[in-house]
Amino acid sequence: MAHAPREIILAKNLGFQYVGARKAAIQEIELTIKENEFILLTGPSGCGKTSLCRCLNGLIPNFYQGEWTGELLVDGLSVTTQLTSELSRRVGYVFQNPENQLFALTVEKDIAFGPENLGLSRQEIRQRVDEAMNVTGTLPLKDLAPYELSGGQQQRVALAGVLAMKPSVIVLDEPTSFLDPRTAEEVMKATDDLRRELGLTIVVVEHRLDLVARYAERIIVMDGGKVVADGGLEETLDEKFDLLEGLGVGVPRVSLLWTMLRRDGLVSGKVPTHVESAAASLQGMMNQ
Amino acid sequence: MSLRTLEGFKFSTLKTPVHLLDPRTKFLIVIAVLVPALLFANIYVMIVLLLSQIPLLLVGRVARRWALSLRAGVFLSALIFVVNLFTGSYLSAIALTLRFLVLLTSFSLFFMTTSPDDLGLALDRIGAIRWLSRRWLGYPNALSFTFTTAVRLVPTLAVDAQTVVDAQRSRGLELDKGNLLKRVRNYIPILIPLLLIAIRRSLELAEALESRGFPGKEGRTSLFQLKLRPVDYAIIAFSLVAITGSFWVFFHYKIPVL
Amino acid sequence: MITLDKVSYTYRSGQRALTDIDLNLEGGDFIAIMGENGAGKTTLAKHLNGLLKPSQGRVLVDGEDTRKVSVAKLSRKVGLVFQNPDHLLFSETVKDEVAFGLKNFGFAPEVVEKQVMRTLEALGLAEYAETSPFLLSGGERKRVALAAILATEPDYLILDEPTIGQDYQQKERLRNFILQLYSQGKAVVMITHDVEFVAESNPMVILLSQGRIVARGPADSVLSKDELVKKASLVRPQMSRLFSELTKYGFPSDVVDVHRARILLEEKLSEVKVRVAQNS
Repeated sequence: MAHAPREIILAKNLGFQYVGARKAAIQEIELTIKENEFILLTGPSGCGKTSLCRCLNGLIPNFYQGEWTGELLVDGLSVTTQLTSELSRRVGYVFQNPENQLFALTVEKDIAFGPENLGLSRQEIRQRVDEAMNVTGTLPLKDLAPYELSGGQQQRVALAGVLAMKPSVIVLDEPTSFLDPRTAEEVMKATDDLRRELGLTIVVVEHRLDLVARYAERIIVMDGGKVVADGGLEETLDEKFDLLEGLGVGVPRVSLLWTMLRRDGLVSGKVPTHVESAAASLQGMMNQ
Repeated sequence: MSLRTLEGFKFSTLKTPVHLLDPRTKFLIVIAVLVPALLFANIYVMIVLLLSQIPLLLVGRVARRWALSLRAGVFLSALIFVVNLFTGSYLSAIALTLRFLVLLTSFSLFFMTTSPDDLGLALDRIGAIRWLSRRWLGYPNALSFTFTTAVRLVPTLAVDAQTVVDAQRSRGLELDKGNLLKRVRNYIPILIPLLLIAIRRSLELAEALESRGFPGKEGRTSLFQLKLRPVDYAIIAFSLVAITGSFWVFFHYKIPVL
Repeated sequence: MITLDKVSYTYRSGQRALTDIDLNLEGGDFIAIMGENGAGKTTLAKHLNGLLKPSQGRVLVDGEDTRKVSVAKLSRKVGLVFQNPDHLLFSETVKDEVAFGLKNFGFAPEVVEKQVMRTLEALGLAEYAETSPFLLSGGERKRVALAAILATEPDYLILDEPTIGQDYQQKERLRNFILQLYSQGKAVVMITHDVEFVAESNPMVILLSQGRIVARGPADSVLSKDELVKKASLVRPQMSRLFSELTKYGFPSDVVDVHRARILLEEKLSEVKVRVAQNS
């Protein structure tokens, strides 16, 4: 990027309580996210990660009713004053269940769905659909029906449908839960490739850190509706390891291994976040 | 009546000339068959109507499946025949049974050669439906979307239904035992989860759709359109002639049963 | 014991789902069935309680051929917990839900009541006894489904993808629970693609690919073989991938568990430490 990355998401004292809930789902959230960041959002079940994501594209407060506090600006728009349909141009959302996101009777029609809603010209829609299919490798699937696709294919089609909206931010809420490990890795890598190619900002919600650790530079940890840690992935795993473990976050096994060895004084240095860096660090220790 | 007889109404993905006709054209064909079939009770008329659809069935390559839909109608046809034997002459019984078969064939042909996709698109274009949709649901395309979504969810929910049956059987539920009352009650553990799953899927779908801009403020464009081609116009003209002709004959002549 | 004797299964559409499956399951066994989507894992599971009958071969549950016994009768011994709890839940209260199976099997009301409360307590659900299952969170509903099957105390328990959507703590609880069950003499079969969970629990692993068993053995030997793992659309556990990079230091190649990895590394690293201290 030629210019300095701008702040694309800004949350000030953000809070929300669903109608009929006993307590707030999220509270006192202060957040600044810059363009092109790859953020991992994690925390134990019920910590508010999904609620925070829903605020980012306007599902809260438009689809989910409740009490809103504070301010949230996304790509310059204030979420409380915009309809989800307007915010959907800026923020795309990929859901956990691959099958329930696909609406149309063929893949091509499903990807076209979003741009059609924007009232664009037919040529523009055609162009966006073709681009989205090319970039996600879903062109060979274009005449198939949603229920004929595998989970991994469904997620890629969902991603294509989101990309056709040309958003600047994409939120993925546990997108690989139903996918086998190999497909999960492919989806994550594809997401990161798209981030680099298109300059997107990515927010991924995941329990299993090892899937995302290779790509995420920053981690935001939530618990009980609040942010309890926010920083670089390496630093946070290094300095706040016990906090993360205590919360039951699925820390990468290599990070756990290193922390245990470090406690015994057998290794020194920063906690590695994935296999390659762990191998390199261990080899360094062995070769002393 | 097993589920296989429903095959006679399921869309078959082929690209025959009949399949390629605009759904509105095909619907007009149905009306063109329906009107004379209902206006008259003449055996020859019924035979003509039935035979005239056979070329369409053959060109559309759906004749074998049509045979299945006829099998589905065997029970009802027999019923109609017997009932009419008691209330009228045996000639009128034959005519009315034939009428039932004509109507069955017409609808079967329509559904086998028209994709739900295209039906949805057609519904989107019909003024009356858009008006109704706007009055009831606030958006002109809401009704056609409801239709498309329902069709889209059917295969998925069919799988869900089987899974629920399997899951409950695995807890000792026996669906084929007991008196009528018990059997009906035994379906509660099947229907409730299925209903809730259907609702949950619909809500998740709605969430996903809203996240992609539905319904949108400005007018919605459609990537795919229906186009009426010369052959469509020809058939529409022919159908309109058949319909008006039938009405004219009806009001001017008295056609007996035979 | 459940025996699968040269079981093959073909769908009515003609598609072959399982070919020549031979399997024995006894009390005290803990088995993980892994494989790519469509490999036949769920199809195999449904043969264990008679939901599906083999096209060829036979399935014997405690000596009885599943083709001769009803699913309801087999379900007394074989509990199958489906992946999505929403396919099971229909009752007004959690208590009623857990009692359903017991009532179907004809137990007396006092027995049902006692057994329901026992199961709810074992799974930490006692506080929700009078709550509607639909008001609970996803993880809690999964536990209710598990309770509903466990209440009838089946000898064989089959779990279909029990770790999906669960956070680490919930998985730990599940692991401990499974440990309790098979040490009590039950047989536990888990269908899963969660490689790290399997690596840490060390069951016997059966790898299915395109309807055939392509590997059978302890977790550390099966999951550390790259070609096998790839075939099943899985990924080797982190420890295995890490140790592949460290073989030149003399480490074994079948490490999958973090604790064993630690012990092995502690040994080597202590030596290094001593050596470094000596040289300086």
